[in-house]
Amino acid sequence: MKLDLKQHLKEMISAPGLSGYETPIREIIRTAWQPLSDEIRVNNLGSLQAIQRGEGPEPRPRVMIAAHMDAIGLMVTGIDEGFLRFMQVGGVDPRILPGQMVTVHATNAEVARDLPAMVVMPPPALLPKDGKSGPLPQKYLLVDTGLTPDEVNNLVRVGDVISFATEPMELCSESISGHTLDNRASVAAVTVALEMLSKRKHLWDVMAVATSQEEVGGIGAMTDAVAIKPDFAIVIDVTFAKAPGGAGIGNFEMGKVTPLTWGSCNHPALHKAMQATADEYEINVAKELAPTGSGTDAWDIQVAEAGIPVIELGIPLRYMHTPVEVVSLKDIRRAGRLMAEFIAGLPLDFMKTVIWE
Amino acid sequence: MAKHDNSTKFNPQMGDAELALLTRLCNAVSVSGDEQEVRAIVTEELRDFADFTKVDAMGNVLVRREGTAESRVRVMIAAHMDEVGFMIVKDEGDGVLEFRVIGGVDPRQLVGKPVTIGRDHVPGVIGAKAIHLTTPEERKQVLKVDQLRIDIGPGSDPKVKVGDRGTFATKLAVLGPSIRSKALDNRLGVFNLIQLVKHAPENVDLLAAFTVQEELGLRGAKIAAFAFDPEIGIAMDSTPANDLPHYDGFENTSHNTKLGDGPAIYIMDRGTIGDQRLIKWLIESAEAEKIPWQFRQPGMGGTDAGEIHKTRAGVPSVSVSVPQRYLHSAAGLIRIEDELNTLKLIHSALIRLDKSILNHQEKK
Repeated sequence: MKLDLKQHLKEMISAPGLSGYETPIREIIRTAWQPLSDEIRVNNLGSLQAIQRGEGPEPRPRVMIAAHMDAIGLMVTGIDEGFLRFMQVGGVDPRILPGQMVTVHATNAEVARDLPAMVVMPPPALLPKDGKSGPLPQKYLLVDTGLTPDEVNNLVRVGDVISFATEPMELCSESISGHTLDNRASVAAVTVALEMLSKRKHLWDVMAVATSQEEVGGIGAMTDAVAIKPDFAIVIDVTFAKAPGGAGIGNFEMGKVTPLTWGSCNHPALHKAMQATADEYEINVAKELAPTGSGTDAWDIQVAEAGIPVIELGIPLRYMHTPVEVVSLKDIRRAGRLMAEFIAGLPLDFMKTVIWE
Repeated sequence: MAKHDNSTKFNPQMGDAELALLTRLCNAVSVSGDEQEVRAIVTEELRDFADFTKVDAMGNVLVRREGTAESRVRVMIAAHMDEVGFMIVKDEGDGVLEFRVIGGVDPRQLVGKPVTIGRDHVPGVIGAKAIHLTTPEERKQVLKVDQLRIDIGPGSDPKVKVGDRGTFATKLAVLGPSIRSKALDNRLGVFNLIQLVKHAPENVDLLAAFTVQEELGLRGAKIAAFAFDPEIGIAMDSTPANDLPHYDGFENTSHNTKLGDGPAIYIMDRGTIGDQRLIKWLIESAEAEKIPWQFRQPGMGGTDAGEIHKTRAGVPSVSVSVPQRYLHSAAGLIRIEDELNTLKLIHSALIRLDKSILNHQEKK
């Protein structure tokens, strides 16, 4: 069956799955990856690992593709007259929070319930001096479920997680907006790669991983790397696109280019090899300069066990860690295709070329 | 003869049909100065129920529904159709649009929100710089409107033009006993006034003013009141319920109104001292019908009554609002029972209305 990329992505960004609570998104990815894999399993910390076996003789070399599936969000820390106080899971600028639609995953009652709710800013009269003007510190923000205090006390408990609930939107030029496109956009690119590779001859084993707990520090990926012991790894994550308000070093235009990291988080030989594949197939790539690392799973996979060579791809994204992130489907397709062409072209002795000058 | 539903037995409820109408009203984009979408819904809903309908010079919809009783009171009820939002002022290319706010919106409510633009409801977002790229110093500053942009995606859409208006894209949702939606200020009033025209009692000539540009200073109500020349004026609107906990656990004594405590009757706001005779009439009606009610704490803010009561030689006026949390943001929140009790209160008060309530008490 042909992959409907837009639908696949919209389904993924409609699903919850905060760091450490990835089950809902993992099951959606499992459904998409199962028919494309020979074997699928869940690691001890919740990552999903799909294996697509290669045609080389055993023992075959293995490449790991990692894209984290967990989402940033909020967690209930207290209940006050039916309103919820909360903290963050992952990094959120509190300035984007007032007026956000969210879902409280309430677990206090016998049957868990998802409660539609919103983050609210109390009126100035109820706030101290530092809350009367300027950005409201997160400790003063509340979540309102619209329920009565009794209902809230029955349903919600401290520790319940809260997801962003922005609905997916289709914007111009095949772009999609919503929450958690960081990093479901990259998971979608892995699905594209797996689909292409399922119809192509490849010698290497492909171990696709939707990692858990990236937003709290590469926890899933560092354990996946140990479990899988790949010869090398490809990490794919979103990166800063050119956007109003400011971009990163790369200033990548959306829909135009696939960034390849260049810095301490990648092996230079892998960068060159990936660049060569891009040149061969006329895939537009650019150097993403990462002088001190890129803040992704790559950082932890590199230092797993005795060390693993890594290369990293990016998908340009606007407004990272807000509930209105924007990506282009073109960038997802291109990144998926680059990974598939690269892996399909890997000779059995490829690792002999991954050496230091 | 206009169509009419059985007035004295009117029992307001929020069934499927009512919720569908309220949803249509709330999801419509009707920013001050371009109220066309709500105007179209009002006109269509009341086509068979009005004795007279007119769209005036500013776009107010003026609907007259005449009673059949011998002695009738000419009551003007106003509900504003407009909502806060923005106008696109510059197309910077590549789907990036500069905008200015229309009406009172705290810029802190704009960041990171989905929006909808123009008659075609083109989707867009108001983004913010990634947290990874901001400094702690930057995060202490409020993002001002001229620093924000609407993004409709890389490229462009010919359906979006400079001058188009738009607003938050939030869709109406029922949250248990509550409704969450944008523009509840004042689609609730519009919804209630539509119901009142359909179920108007025979002892009043109901002069229903669906007004424009309330958010820019009660501008539509001024000319509507002049045209209608009523004996009594009522503004139906929405007022803040600041009934949240105090950060330090102190008692909240400045709640304005509280959700669930019933319709809010105004004594005084920035623009109007409510007519004492009308306040008494509303309270007596509520008590007689056992409808919960509350006073809105006297204070700032205002309604269309601010203009209506100053019209011609003066019009005794009062305001009644549905309490609402978080007005002028991506979504407000109301209790369904407050909404129904507000409609019930006005309807049962109208049934009891008699010109004699306007007689001034003589000093003994």
